Amino acid sequence: MKITFTVNNENVEVNVKPNETLLDVLREKLYLTGAKEGCGNGECGACTVIYNGRPVNSCLVLAPEADGAVIETVEGLTKDNKLHPIQEAFIEANAFQCGYCTPGFIMSTKAMLEKIPNPTKEVIVERLAGNLCRCTGYTVILDAVKLAAQKMGGAE
Amino acid sequence: MKYEYKSPIKFEYVGKPMNRIDGFEKVTGNAKYVTDMFFPNMLYGAVKRSPIPHGIIKKIDTSKAKALSGVRAIVTGKDVPYRQGIYLVDRPVITPDRVRYVGEPVAAVAADTLEIARKAVELIEVEYEELPVVQDPRESMEGEILIHPDLANYERLPIYNIEPEKNVFHHHKTRKGDVEKGFAEADVIVEGDYALPQMYHAPLEPHAAIAFWDFNEKLTVWSSAQSPFTLRNLIAYAFKLPRHKVRVISPYVGGGFGGKAGINMEGIVIALSEKVKGRHIKLVYTREEDISTVVRQGMFAHIKTGVKKDGTIVAMEAELIFDGGAYAEYGTNVVRAAGYTLPGPYYVPNLKTDSYGVYTNHFLGGAFRGFGHGELHWATERNLDEVAQALEIDPLELRLKNVLKPGLTNSMGQTIHHDTGDVEACLKRAAELIEYNKKSEKPSNPRKVRGKGIAGLVKAPAMPTNAASAVVIKFHEDATVTLQASIQEIGQGFTTAVTQMAADALHISPDKIDFVMPVDTDVNPYEWQTVASRALWTVGNALYRAAEDALNQIKNIASQVLGVAPHNLEVEDDRVYVKYRPEKYLLLKDVVMGYTYPDGHAIGGPVIGRGSFVPEMLTNLDLETGQGNAAAEWTFGAQAAEVEIDLDTGELKMLQLVGVFDAGTIINPITAGGQVVGGMIQGMGPALFEGVKYNDKGYPLTVSFTDYKIPTIADIPDEIKYDFVQTFEESSPFGAKGVGEHPMISVPPAIASAIYDALGVNVNELPLTADKILNALDKKNNK
Repeated sequence: MKITFTVNNENVEVNVKPNETLLDVLREKLYLTGAKEGCGNGECGACTVIYNGRPVNSCLVLAPEADGAVIETVEGLTKDNKLHPIQEAFIEANAFQCGYCTPGFIMSTKAMLEKIPNPTKEVIVERLAGNLCRCTGYTVILDAVKLAAQKMGGAE
Repeated sequence: MKYEYKSPIKFEYVGKPMNRIDGFEKVTGNAKYVTDMFFPNMLYGAVKRSPIPHGIIKKIDTSKAKALSGVRAIVTGKDVPYRQGIYLVDRPVITPDRVRYVGEPVAAVAADTLEIARKAVELIEVEYEELPVVQDPRESMEGEILIHPDLANYERLPIYNIEPEKNVFHHHKTRKGDVEKGFAEADVIVEGDYALPQMYHAPLEPHAAIAFWDFNEKLTVWSSAQSPFTLRNLIAYAFKLPRHKVRVISPYVGGGFGGKAGINMEGIVIALSEKVKGRHIKLVYTREEDISTVVRQGMFAHIKTGVKKDGTIVAMEAELIFDGGAYAEYGTNVVRAAGYTLPGPYYVPNLKTDSYGVYTNHFLGGAFRGFGHGELHWATERNLDEVAQALEIDPLELRLKNVLKPGLTNSMGQTIHHDTGDVEACLKRAAELIEYNKKSEKPSNPRKVRGKGIAGLVKAPAMPTNAASAVVIKFHEDATVTLQASIQEIGQGFTTAVTQMAADALHISPDKIDFVMPVDTDVNPYEWQTVASRALWTVGNALYRAAEDALNQIKNIASQVLGVAPHNLEVEDDRVYVKYRPEKYLLLKDVVMGYTYPDGHAIGGPVIGRGSFVPEMLTNLDLETGQGNAAAEWTFGAQAAEVEIDLDTGELKMLQLVGVFDAGTIINPITAGGQVVGGMIQGMGPALFEGVKYNDKGYPLTVSFTDYKIPTIADIPDEIKYDFVQTFEESSPFGAKGVGEHPMISVPPAIASAIYDALGVNVNELPLTADKILNALDKKNNK
């Protein structure tokens, strides 16, 4: 079947099978490989993208559900060849190691900061508890999120 | 003559924080992993796996799968009669006759789409004759059921002792001093049993590989591998190919932790590509498949320690029995390393250790961050706590009394030197950071209690005596530099640290240096493996030689032009100048491609520095006594924990984790700190909740992130503190050694020690779950 949706401000039209996931479409058809498949079961958050303003595990969204949706992926964050403040914050806080979970964390962070510009530690922990990282031990990710909130004008 | 070591390198960039150079790629999604690679006309692979833990394959029928449209190749074990393995060649690429664990590959398919490949896998029919299952390695040693009846015939390195009739793939022995005499001198003898289950690496990127077998018989493999060169070697060995016809390319690795060392699933996709030459085949494991690929071995340990009343250890006898799973291969050396490092960072004059690697019908146990040291320290550090309890002395005091110091010998008989590392300083600093001498604050809830604990650790790289490194430095027309070292960037930050090291070795700034990615065995200089926390040390040595080689070439060219002896020249920043007349100089850009005189004639040529290194003065261990020079350098450390426990539920909350490490020179405090914090949280997992579980018939129960829980952001302690002791390691001009694995090692015993401090109970089996804590508490209260 044919679906159309917006990804990173561009309209796309793709042929999909009903059992394909949004993650498959993004990675295998549009070659947007920033979102990663870590488990395929919605357990690790590596495939997090923003779907109509909400963070979702794109491995759990069936492709037909994306019809008419507005999708944002990590590839859409840079503008005019400049990094997004969240990306800058992750670099400055060295909030990554192997990098495989990083796009997912960044998209979860973006979805959170757009709704809650100045989150407490408790809120950050709650919102990011679905994103697994095996390398960093998470402390630097907490630092990066706080720094990103500041850069985006939210924080104290 | 008074000996004093002076580093030949002036540190400008080494030791300073520098942001990671792989940041831009990783925050934009541009960093490419094998899973992100696509080739035109690419096929997809899928694997048929054993549904039973132990059995004989009676029949495989692939006819229905073959008939499926879009299927391009099917392979079974009969098509690839090869075994693979880095130290012990015991693992078939695809098993032809016998399955030894649930999930073992029995056939594979390549098809036009992943969907077709998976459907074809379902259509493959396999008949098995089930065999009895062995799950407990202690029972396996009785030898009633042999898991590898052919073990005696497998090829192996001569540094391993097999005991085929007992399912033992390696028996390490340490015999130092006279334990009987030692125990006779002891005032108190304390013995105990300590255990831990298998553990899963859980990298966020699963195992993945793409193979392309061209018609000119050249095989190219893109693999998420920690060790591209060793992988090439093992592929060539298994498939009987010349090395120059095998090319391994490894882009960024999405987490390894040892699970992507050696060879893993690459052979399967290579076997498929041999049947469909000229087309790329991609095989990416699902999470469930990834968990069944390789894990950390489980262990049962028995430790007996004899001490004097004042706490001096006089003898120790230890038995480690590892649950090696269905295949040993890499795990042989884990068993050996744990065996030869025991008793950890302490001096024990009379020592007898037997470390056994034993086959079972579990997932195969391989390399895992810490390489046996997390396991051995769990046993010995727990035992030392019990010794301290028996003597009624403080656990830290007991440790400080027995630490290895210059002049003393370790378990292998190697002498500790002034530059070996300072575990005493690590223990004292860790105690300071956690305020060990101050009792934990009383929580406001009277049903909650708190406690603190501390543990020591040591680990040397466990590697062959000749594990080599090589570095190439290429100068460009503008005197910028491309650096080739073939350590994989698996997240540890090597590319950043080595850039800082190269800057200081070449006396230029880091922004003039670019690190070559990905590692490509056809292009890069040799590197043994990205394992063992050895890169800074071994590559540091190779890099220094490469830099000296390049600088000498520059000086030799400049010497001819300036009419000054090379030793009177110095290279700095953009120029090569006369040391005693710095105003006389040539710009590097006019030298590094060779120098061209005004009349046009030229001398020299492009500057390419090369440096190689093998560990110095190492020997194999004596197989009967475990004595010899197996370890080149050691990183010592100490870890401490503070916990809060709910007396009603047994629930444990981490208040503090502390780590202090003597890793010599810290090249980059940011990346070193990243290793420490990340490692400590990875160590907290098996301490508190991680462990591979099987049912009583040998079927795995923990094959997803729901059933196999790893720490999330909600699990981290309230406070994490760390520090470094920096004893300059004189066997490297940088003075640096590894700290990648160590932060994981002694987190579990530190936490168990804190539980004792809080509750007065010993929990000696990992993970330290609420039910075990409550059981121990009940036992104590009912006594």
